[in-house]
Amino acid sequence: MGFGKFLERVLHLVPVLLGVSVIVFIMMALTPGDPVQIMIGDQAITPEQESALRRDLGLDRPMLERFFVFVGNAVQGDFGESFYHRRPVSEVIAERLPATIELSLVALIFALVTSIPLGVLAAIRKNSIFDRIATVISLLGVSLPGFWFGILLLMLFAVHLNILPVAGRIGYASEIAPITHFLLIDTLLRGRPDAFLDALSHIVLPAITLGLPMTAILMRVTRSSMLEVLQQDYVTFAEAKGLSRRRVLFRHALKNALIPTVSVAAIETGSLLGGNMIVETVFGWPGLGRLVVESIFLRNYPLVQAAVLLYAVTYVLLNFFADILYTVLNPKVKL
Amino acid sequence: MSALLDVKGLRTVFETRAGTVCAVDGVDVEVRRGECLGIVGESGSGKSVTFASVMGLVRSPGRIDAGEILFDGRDLRKLSQKELRAVRGRDIAMTMQDALTALNPALTVGVQLAEVLEAHDETLPRGRRARTRAIRERSAEILGLVGIPSPDSRLSQYPHEFSGGMRQRIMIAIALACRPKLLIADEPTTALDVTIQAQVLELISDIRAKLGMSVVLITHDLGVVAEHCDRVMVMYAGQVVEEGPTTEVIGSPSHPYTRGLLGSIPRLALRGQPIHPIEGQVPDLIDLPAQCRFYSRCADRTDACLTPIAVRQVGPHRKARCILAGEDTQ
Ligand SMILES: Nc1ncnc2c1ncn2[C@@H]1O[C@H](COP(=O)(O)OP(=O)(O)O)[C@@H](O)[C@H]1O
Ligand SMILES: [Mg+2]
Repeated sequence: MGFGKFLERVLHLVPVLLGVSVIVFIMMALTPGDPVQIMIGDQAITPEQESALRRDLGLDRPMLERFFVFVGNAVQGDFGESFYHRRPVSEVIAERLPATIELSLVALIFALVTSIPLGVLAAIRKNSIFDRIATVISLLGVSLPGFWFGILLLMLFAVHLNILPVAGRIGYASEIAPITHFLLIDTLLRGRPDAFLDALSHIVLPAITLGLPMTAILMRVTRSSMLEVLQQDYVTFAEAKGLSRRRVLFRHALKNALIPTVSVAAIETGSLLGGNMIVETVFGWPGLGRLVVESIFLRNYPLVQAAVLLYAVTYVLLNFFADILYTVLNPKVKL
Repeated sequence: MSALLDVKGLRTVFETRAGTVCAVDGVDVEVRRGECLGIVGESGSGKSVTFASVMGLVRSPGRIDAGEILFDGRDLRKLSQKELRAVRGRDIAMTMQDALTALNPALTVGVQLAEVLEAHDETLPRGRRARTRAIRERSAEILGLVGIPSPDSRLSQYPHEFSGGMRQRIMIAIALACRPKLLIADEPTTALDVTIQAQVLELISDIRAKLGMSVVLITHDLGVVAEHCDRVMVMYAGQVVEEGPTTEVIGSPSHPYTRGLLGSIPRLALRGQPIHPIEGQVPDLIDLPAQCRFYSRCADRTDACLTPIAVRQVGPHRKARCILAGEDTQ
């Protein structure tokens, strides 16, 4: 891919981000509820104190002015202060980000390692009992609400069977000094396999809950693309060459069948972002998703705005990445 | 000497929602050692399915219903999948109609050539590095043999980086890599333009002479048959309708369908005569009535054609499935 194309894609980001800013800003402004009232709660304060607070947060200015101030600062990388934390938004988000990235990656890996073998098997055994069961499961996977499924898993494994923890990223006894801020890596780097297992036991249920819809989608994609590829002349020709069944299936068929799977996986990774908010809330996962949900309830405008912009950038970059992957996997296409 | 390939009473059907499609119905094929047998017929007449059956490559919903497929004296239908895989690519090789779709777009030409050597070539050295080097040398040699310039450097390229004619040559190279006894070339020139067609056919003829292998050349072009085949077999609606030495069949066709095909080929038609493509269509292969299958399109039909028609001996080496030709063999 040439530099020009790359630049073009990056420039595409500008209108997207501007549009997203406008929409978030308007939505937050239209949401009923006043951040100052929420911050005050039951505390008894004077009207003077209240208007001082309002001025302090910049909420005394008209909406249009607030919008331009926000955009002007954001362009310079300043997203303002979190109303609630009274610290720069970027700092607060950065603290929460590793937990979310770790959870998303584990969910992604879970989705890939389950969906691809299942999809291939369903295609090879088309219309078998296995194929039918897989179809039903994948239908459930896309249609079950994440919070419901998550609570179900919690009740079964954490409450009834009591073999997995209920919430959090890691137990107190296993806490370690961070290196990369990814606990599954840091525990190993610090030579604490016990802490690693503890972190793993915390991440299992949220990762499955988060990854399940993606598993379902990728399984369907893999199954149908595998079925299509198996009908291709090059598979027949590979068989005519007297190659082993394994080589025909995996080297000839799967290599082509995975092209759509991988592209969809890259795009669907963006949808994990939305899933994170629900899953992190259900499982008390200290990540960005839960922070955003809390911030919406607190009408913490700067934090929500910055987080949504971050989501938008991530989403666009993932799509970009999906395109690059597609060309890497498919030698016929040159970007 | 016995024939290399001797197919007897082959019947291959496809179960479809509309009914059972009888794509190949009681076909006998004999391929002699070293000869080139031409198979002609309009599309849908069962040429490809016949030879897919020979290779054991008929996929669901299709299946071989009856018949014997004797290759070198062994019935291929009685072999296990593993034994059959050892025959495919090594003893019997196949090229497909369209090289663009038959070559895997995601694998380099080198890989697609190497894997067939890897699967069958027992003369390759055992040691890993020597083996890799030997495979590379063999691959380049074979690509050179089919006329790909600077083959060494082209092994690492993908099929889409070659022209249509080159891709056809690559597919032939893959088929010939293990020096098979029989090459089944399914419409090797249909996807190519005229000048390239001639080159590819020359190539197949040359290599046949060099390796002494037998070739089955499937085509719907009688001109190609006239030029390259020792014998010809004409298929129509899943049956063999005429068979014999090429010069005799083309010189004096016995079956009205063969005459129709000859009439539809410009360069073989008599000079100054108008060209008549055969009118009508191949009949639906589901629930065919027990009568001559060409009946509805035949100019010479009589009421006697409404009974089942057996193959008749027309000359010492010729057969035809028409009551107007020769004598009943039954
Ligand atoms: N997968 C299939 N399903 C149903 N019918 C098929 C299938 N493949 C081939 N046939 C039938 O077999 C007939 C012969 O096909 P084919 O051997 O490809 O013809 P040819 O190679 O002579 O053009 C076709 O007319 C079609 O009706
Ligand atoms: Mg065909």
